[in-house]
Amino acid sequence: MITTGLTPIITEHWDKPDLYTIEGYRRVGGYQGLATAMKMDPDAIIGQIKDSGLRGRGGAGFPTGMKWGFVPQNDGKPHYLVVNADESEPGACKDIPIMLANPHALVEGVIITSYAIRASHAFIYIRGEVPHAIRKVANAVAEARAAGLIGDNILGSGFSLDVVVHSGAGAYICGEETALLDSLEGYRGQPRLKPPFPAVAGLYASPTVINNVETIANIPYILDRGVPWFRQFGTEKSPGFKVFAISGHVVHPGIYEAPLGITMRELLEYAGGIRGGGEVKFWLPGGSSVPMLTAEHLDIPLTYEDMAAAGTMLGTGTPMLFDNTVSVVKAVTRWLDFYKHESCGKCTPCREGTYWITGVLEKFEHGRGTAAEVDTLVNLCSQIAGRSFCALGDAAATPYPAALKYFRAEFEAATSTSADEQFNPVASYVFAEAATR
Amino acid sequence: MTITSDAGSDLTPQVEMVTVVVDGVAIEIPKGTLVIRAAELLGIEIPRFCDHPLLEPVAACRMCLVDIEGVPKPQPACAQVVSEGMQVRTQLTSPVARDAQEGVMEFLLLNHPLDCPVCDKGGECPLQNQAMTAGRPESRFDEVKRTFPKPINVSAQILLDRERCVSCARCTRFAEQIAGDPMLELLERGANQQVGTAVDQPFDSYFSGNTVQICPVGALTSAAYRFRSRPFDLVSVPTTCEHCASGCSLRTDHRRGTVTRRLAWDEPAVNEEWNCDKGRFAFTYQEQGRVTTPLIREDGQLRVASWPEALDFAARGLSAASSHGVLVGGRSTVEDSYAYARFARVALKTDNIDFRVRDSSDEEAQFLRSAVAGTAVRTTYETLEQAPVVLLIAFEPEDESPIVFLRLRKAARGGTRVYAVGPVATRGLAKLSGTLIPAKPGAEPAVLAELAEQVRAELQAPGAVIMVGERIAGIQGGATAVLQLAQATGAALTWVPRRAGERGALDAGALAGLLPGGRPLTEDSARAAVAAAWGVDSLPATVGLAGAELLAAARDGAIGALITGGVELGDLADQSLGRAGLEAAGFVVALENHHSAITELADVVFPVAVVTEKAGTFMNWEGRPRPFAQTFKDALVMSDAVVLGMLAKAMNIAVGASDVAGIRQELGALGAWTGPRAERPNVPAGPVAEGAHLVATWRALIDNGVMQEGEPYLAATAHLVAATVSATTAGALGNPESVTVTGPLGSVTVPLEIGAVIDGVVCLPLNSPGCVLYRDLGVRSGQAVTIKGAL
Ligand SMILES: Cc1cc2nc3c(=O)[nH]c(=O)nc-3n(C[C@H](O)[C@H](O)[C@H](O)COP(=O)(O)O)c2cc1C
Ligand code: SF4
Ligand code: SF4
Ligand code: SF4
Ligand code: FES
Repeated sequence: MITTGLTPIITEHWDKPDLYTIEGYRRVGGYQGLATAMKMDPDAIIGQIKDSGLRGRGGAGFPTGMKWGFVPQNDGKPHYLVVNADESEPGACKDIPIMLANPHALVEGVIITSYAIRASHAFIYIRGEVPHAIRKVANAVAEARAAGLIGDNILGSGFSLDVVVHSGAGAYICGEETALLDSLEGYRGQPRLKPPFPAVAGLYASPTVINNVETIANIPYILDRGVPWFRQFGTEKSPGFKVFAISGHVVHPGIYEAPLGITMRELLEYAGGIRGGGEVKFWLPGGSSVPMLTAEHLDIPLTYEDMAAAGTMLGTGTPMLFDNTVSVVKAVTRWLDFYKHESCGKCTPCREGTYWITGVLEKFEHGRGTAAEVDTLVNLCSQIAGRSFCALGDAAATPYPAALKYFRAEFEAATSTSADEQFNPVASYVFAEAATR
Repeated sequence: MTITSDAGSDLTPQVEMVTVVVDGVAIEIPKGTLVIRAAELLGIEIPRFCDHPLLEPVAACRMCLVDIEGVPKPQPACAQVVSEGMQVRTQLTSPVARDAQEGVMEFLLLNHPLDCPVCDKGGECPLQNQAMTAGRPESRFDEVKRTFPKPINVSAQILLDRERCVSCARCTRFAEQIAGDPMLELLERGANQQVGTAVDQPFDSYFSGNTVQICPVGALTSAAYRFRSRPFDLVSVPTTCEHCASGCSLRTDHRRGTVTRRLAWDEPAVNEEWNCDKGRFAFTYQEQGRVTTPLIREDGQLRVASWPEALDFAARGLSAASSHGVLVGGRSTVEDSYAYARFARVALKTDNIDFRVRDSSDEEAQFLRSAVAGTAVRTTYETLEQAPVVLLIAFEPEDESPIVFLRLRKAARGGTRVYAVGPVATRGLAKLSGTLIPAKPGAEPAVLAELAEQVRAELQAPGAVIMVGERIAGIQGGATAVLQLAQATGAALTWVPRRAGERGALDAGALAGLLPGGRPLTEDSARAAVAAAWGVDSLPATVGLAGAELLAAARDGAIGALITGGVELGDLADQSLGRAGLEAAGFVVALENHHSAITELADVVFPVAVVTEKAGTFMNWEGRPRPFAQTFKDALVMSDAVVLGMLAKAMNIAVGASDVAGIRQELGALGAWTGPRAERPNVPAGPVAEGAHLVATWRALIDNGVMQEGEPYLAATAHLVAATVSATTAGALGNPESVTVTGPLGSVTVPLEIGAVIDGVVCLPLNSPGCVLYRDLGVRSGQAVTIKGAL
């Protein structure tokens, strides 16, 4: 039963064909947050974002205002804002739609954030495989520049800003914020040793704030409508709304903007339920890097704190749902193959561990695993988790133990029966006819 | 012989100390120390691969994970700094740390080939060793290993077996951080990550061999040593490099009477843990082309002679002559140079002696006598690192003293400003982020005299250093101007010769007008003291002939007999003068280890030892004695000093000790001179040559040097031999691909390169394949040549 309503805010006007233009955006109230912000003291903006309780939408949920507050002020160094638009997490598809449909919300957020942290240069680092999103954002930046919202002396405030749209070259690791900085500087994208943290020494060794697209797209609305308005959504620890991107075996996959705290069951109902009236077998609240849950967890509120209590994470807030046609062995193998392919190679546990685990999982997929290996894999994952250099390694160590927790029997069966024998692969296809089920 | 420098003591900053506990043992150490270092101080060895004390941490291999109280995940000890009260538990006391390390080791071995039995590193391999101490007894890995075609060349010298690589990034960090030659990079990702170079840009770094040494596995090997031996079959001897005045500590490994390889040895005060490729790979010369028996000239032909016969022959020839001269090449040990200095004064009763058998000048001799010989050490590698500013003149450190270059680079990375006066902003200077103060060759004295106020002011700061190379001898008024600048600013002046023996020969008194310890020959008390020490009534009291004057005297028939020790005619700018001098000298006794143009001209040739066959000392540019032991204990070849002793005996003259210990004792007893010093030079600047193209030249580190013979892989990593000119000059020449450069003796044709050279100057290597300036063109630095685009 649905008790939580959808709250289209960032997505409110996505049905308007010209929302992506500056006129279209202005017609629905765009750039008013900026006007408000430019009348404020930068520190007051940081204070307001702190008060709003907005948490980063890139996956880790770090409080945004606090992150901005780490930037040392009056240090004589240039400051930078970097927007992480590298969205490459399997299952995550929310930043790219935002950039396609409502790019000016991002651009407005960039201007306000830069003003708040005293950055005169901002970079939007967009995943290279989405040229259509790059074109939309580049166009929005150009329009904003033409309108005097980017450039010298914005709105007569004395504040000047340049915004650069940068295209990545297709590496998941470049979404990790310090690898992103290396990539942006022209180096090979590999994570940097911390400390120093980017807030102190980030891009070009200068104080840098790195935020997710959705995080930044929230900013204009908070500035325009205020903290109490923002805090009416969500919970104390997870205030606000979220662009949930639902994928998998649901009738209507897509974008659903709702307050944090909505449950998966409610979202699933909005999405028309599992196709063919089927059941959820397992689901992941936010990308392949978070531990999976099952049907019994559908009523847990989608907040940072409740997901953590359930042993998983909200992550990117892009739920993936799988019905009973899916082999969990095969799903986990695919994810590990992804991590093996995307491991940057810097540290041993992730580089070698993903290579090893993938090899073993492929055997399971073909029904050639051994009973001993079912447990060896758990141990191997524990040798990666918490021991690798960056969170990609931790993510790679996540799917298997979580899957084993709920579906041990399936892995044990895979010591003799291949995944395709256990589950007809054709049945799991999204376009599979009901007849094959 | 100790270093008397006290510089730096007042620079020691106050350090904040913290107490940390490692495996239950408390230690007080400076804040900011890495946990891995703190543990080392307690004798606790945390396994590691990527960690290297001289490289910035990367924390990539994860081998050093330890448990820190209050921190949920194990932390890399190589990147974690200590803080007050920190409780660290290593593999010795923490099951978590032990488990983490075992896990990482197991992972590291997955894709590692079973090459140990054929791998150069086997037996001295950190991966083997730590697999035993920190690994599981058996791997659980049952899959297919990743393989690569093996090996690939990252340079002519350095080979890479990619599947052996553990991706520790030591080599790449060394190349980038230490050498400043970032041609090695990690490429690709995941398990396919591998070390590599850009297409057409091999790892031709002068320091490439260090990567082989610091590679914690056998991934990087040298063509010279690959598959040559197993480390446990080698006998290792600590030695000092004989190639240049940097004075590196080396380890020489040998087997069955043959040197198999040389490694940089740990000497924090000098070379840290590095050396250059010449020092590492150029040792095959020791075995090739040797003089093996005494030779005497009979009917115009050299023939083999017994030692007694040759000694007698030489003694009679020397005694018969009424005037003598002694030439010592710049490669002698302190002990041998001292023996020459003593032999000249005592046995030959002459002061005609010089160790500078190269481009030299009287002004230089005055400079060396007055400001360098026997002076207390003021500038060291360590003070260099602390210097606020360093000014280089007639000195290209990367080519001419590579470890000075590395230390300057370390200094520059720490904020030291580097200036170079000269016509070329060399690639070395660029790597020092240095600034060129342009001066046409020959115009350096004028430029120094009119140095910008701001640079002068910088040179007045405490700790400022002026480094002058031996090429200052070729610049009239150069040494005078440098001394004046040092005096005016108070900057420490230090002379950096190229060859390993020169600084020591100077202090040993192997220069006319100079007795050991910097004693001026013209000082009566100095002469008397040395005469007493040498057990003679008197020493020659007038300053003898040196340099070109000595050779000219020989050519004019004024020198009856010459002794040469390790002399190379090709070192002389005026080679016809050298040849004429030797031909005209009545009698020539050559002490040589190799056949050369000198042995062809000598009347008697005595075979002498190379560095592996004797003990000795090189004094490096700092003035620091770098003693070394005899590598081959049972070598039968005698040192120059011993041969000179026998010769004196054959002449019925007593000269004192000939053995290393005895000579060191004599030198030590004499000590350094504290009395009045010789006159400083006062030579006006010379004219700058006329001509559209003036030559700027010095010796490349890797070139035609005779001690690099027989090492083709090293030779193949030499920098491109080319004529380098400015873009303007190149444009005026029509931007040809190659040019023919012509001097009085002939021409060379070499590729044309555009570089940071001032207009009207052409930069050429002095003695490189296809470009031997003294021989082929007959020009030295500062002289005019003509250049034409080659067809
Ligand atoms: C392997 C890896 C990939 C990541 N990819 C992204 C990404 O594509 N987009 C993103 O916003 N954050 C990504 N992150 C998280 C970022 O490192 C960072 O936490 C985030 O950009 C911070 O923004 P926020 O505070 O606004 O969430 C990734 C992290 C890891 C470890
Ligand atoms: S965990 Fe290590 S190998 Fe994996 S992506 Fe991060 S740094 Fe690279
Ligand atoms: S080649 Fe050797 S030094 Fe270089 S990264 Fe590999 S293991 Fe490390
Ligand atoms: S720098 Fe000089 S002393 Fe050191 S290894 Fe090279 S040649 Fe030998
Ligand atoms: S030695 Fe510490 S991570 Fe490699």
